[in-house]
Amino acid sequence: MLKVKEKTSNSEDEGYIVIEAGKSEKHYWADLWRYRELFYFLSWRDILVRYKQTVIGIAWSVIRPLLTMLVFTIIFGRIAKLPSDNAPYPILVFTALLPWQFFSTALSDASSSLISNQNMISKIYFPRMIIPSSTIIVALTDFSISFILLAITMAIYRFVPNWKIVFIPLFLLLAIILSLGMGFLFSALNVKYRDFRYIIPFIVQFGMYISPVGFSSSIVPERWRFLYSINPMVGVIDGFRWAIIGKGVSLYWPGFILSIVLTFLIAIWGFWYFRKTEKTFADSI
Amino acid sequence: MGIVIKVENLGKKYIISHQQERYTALRDVMANTAKKAIKKVTGKGETLPKKEEFWALRNISFEVNQGDRIGIIGRNGAGKSTLLKLLSRITEPTTGKIKIKGKISSLLEVGTGFHPELTGKENVFLNGAILGMSKKEILKKMDDIVEFSGVEKFLDTPVKRYSSGMYVRLAFAVAANLETEILLVDEVLAVGDAGFQKKCLGKMEDVSKKEGRTIFFVSHNMSMITSLCSRCILLENGSIVKDGMVSDVILYYYNEGLQSPAYIDFESRQREIGDDYACLLSGEVRNQNNLISTEINIDQSLKIIMKYRIKKQNGKIFRPNFHFFTSGGVYAFISSPENVELLPEGNYFAECNIPENFLNEGAYFVGLGLTSYEPGITVHFYEQNALSFNVRDPIEGIKTRKGYSGSIPGVVRPLLNWKIGGE
Repeated sequence: MLKVKEKTSNSEDEGYIVIEAGKSEKHYWADLWRYRELFYFLSWRDILVRYKQTVIGIAWSVIRPLLTMLVFTIIFGRIAKLPSDNAPYPILVFTALLPWQFFSTALSDASSSLISNQNMISKIYFPRMIIPSSTIIVALTDFSISFILLAITMAIYRFVPNWKIVFIPLFLLLAIILSLGMGFLFSALNVKYRDFRYIIPFIVQFGMYISPVGFSSSIVPERWRFLYSINPMVGVIDGFRWAIIGKGVSLYWPGFILSIVLTFLIAIWGFWYFRKTEKTFADSI
Repeated sequence: MGIVIKVENLGKKYIISHQQERYTALRDVMANTAKKAIKKVTGKGETLPKKEEFWALRNISFEVNQGDRIGIIGRNGAGKSTLLKLLSRITEPTTGKIKIKGKISSLLEVGTGFHPELTGKENVFLNGAILGMSKKEILKKMDDIVEFSGVEKFLDTPVKRYSSGMYVRLAFAVAANLETEILLVDEVLAVGDAGFQKKCLGKMEDVSKKEGRTIFFVSHNMSMITSLCSRCILLENGSIVKDGMVSDVILYYYNEGLQSPAYIDFESRQREIGDDYACLLSGEVRNQNNLISTEINIDQSLKIIMKYRIKKQNGKIFRPNFHFFTSGGVYAFISSPENVELLPEGNYFAECNIPENFLNEGAYFVGLGLTSYEPGITVHFYEQNALSFNVRDPIEGIKTRKGYSGSIPGVVRPLLNWKIGGE
């Protein structure tokens, strides 16, 4: 961001905001806090627009997970006859779809967010991080709707979730950190390289097949599981299944820890790259 | 009273690559890296396009006292907008320092962040937040905003159903009610009807005088600058050439011929004006002998020519439009062609002929625009006051005078058909 600092030690500069090239910026967090209302308003706008724009606004966030669940259950559960970890197959799929759809929505929205708000970026100052962050809220709204659907599905199958379901917020937090980190990185890359956006749908599509969404990760041979966990979403999805289905599902700890470590590394990288390029957004957008 | 802004040695450099593409594409970066690698290995290969530096602003220093109303003038590309962008922290300076005391807000555009699907009221909240207002402040000011805008009845209607006038009025009403110590305004008043413009100017003057607020106002409109500002800064090629009393600076501006020229080439200026669909290439004023000239006799016709490029065609009909202003900032008229065909990608020119004995004597500014209407109005570019010319009245032999030698007021002085007869 802009190098802004408020010096209090130097009497000459007292009370002034100093804008200067090439100085490290001390007040970034204070600025972020000052602009928190903008964060609320942008999230509020995105939610309003999402559910207002189309008649099927809310219906869409119901139909999408339901159809995906159906297709996966039929292909992996009925045709391929994969094991279901002691739970009805639709519930096995649904517990994974929740974090996956949150991640994919958050990632695609965050990545394109800077470009779709370029008008604001070139005309107004505010900490740019607010824009990709606020898209997470919309993804969370969709997540809540899907969660209700999962509850209904569980009621239909008379499936009682494990007490470990109380740990869900922790795994969700992991998914939030991952999608924010990647969102920061991709949105900044999107500003710099305009053709980067073509890569994102591919990553989301590809990621869905290599993540254990339609099947349980227990079918992955033991010696490959650590390698498989290089995809940080494996840790998040396994976590969701462990917390909701419970019995018969055990966490593969080395892989889970690897996922956590990678998630944080990606988040730090994304944050660092965003901060590094943020000050030139207005010039190159 | 005290110094609220101190600018020292401010400079802003842009790096321009001599490529047609406006944005860097990952594929180009990869291709170039590959080319470089090949070149290293084989010692051959085509040379890469060179990058050039361009200083939009250089060595700018000034101080501003609280309550100053500063007008910033200069011709297109002189660095006016860059200065506002630096002051408002949108972009970072390359050299120098800015010290600011107090809350600063920029109005580089009205209605930033307005969303067509949201209602008027929802947009007021959103736009207020974008401009830095808190929810509490917006709620407190809601009645003032609604009253100022005059769109009470349509507050719960999505703004996509608003007329452009209503849209601008609502957007400006939010901005006018901003409580901020320093306000940066960039030609946003160029839109809206004259009555509303006056109301806005009045409001700005009011807050500045009563509450001691500091205002920066960038405009091509000398009469607005004169009536609003207490001080004026003239920029030319990124430097301050004059800073002082408004009348002195404006006089200098006209005398030194720093106003818009009769010929302007945007292509060589390294700054593309336009969007993904079309861009402006150049503009010229030609006299009846087809020579580029700023001086036109009142009994001679003239031509305004705009050259533009259609970059992407997907069924849009691009309609050129020329906007004429007097030196006092009066909107004289807008002209656009009656029939325009669907044109494929390529370079085009649009020529408009202004007949003799039509405009009155004085300086005129021409804004060049390109608009398409389906679906919805899209302004592909609009460059205000891109060109200027001076209509001269040699007095002798001028039909519209008929021997009268005093000054004749008015924007136009057309030669019309009259009939006089006894009944």
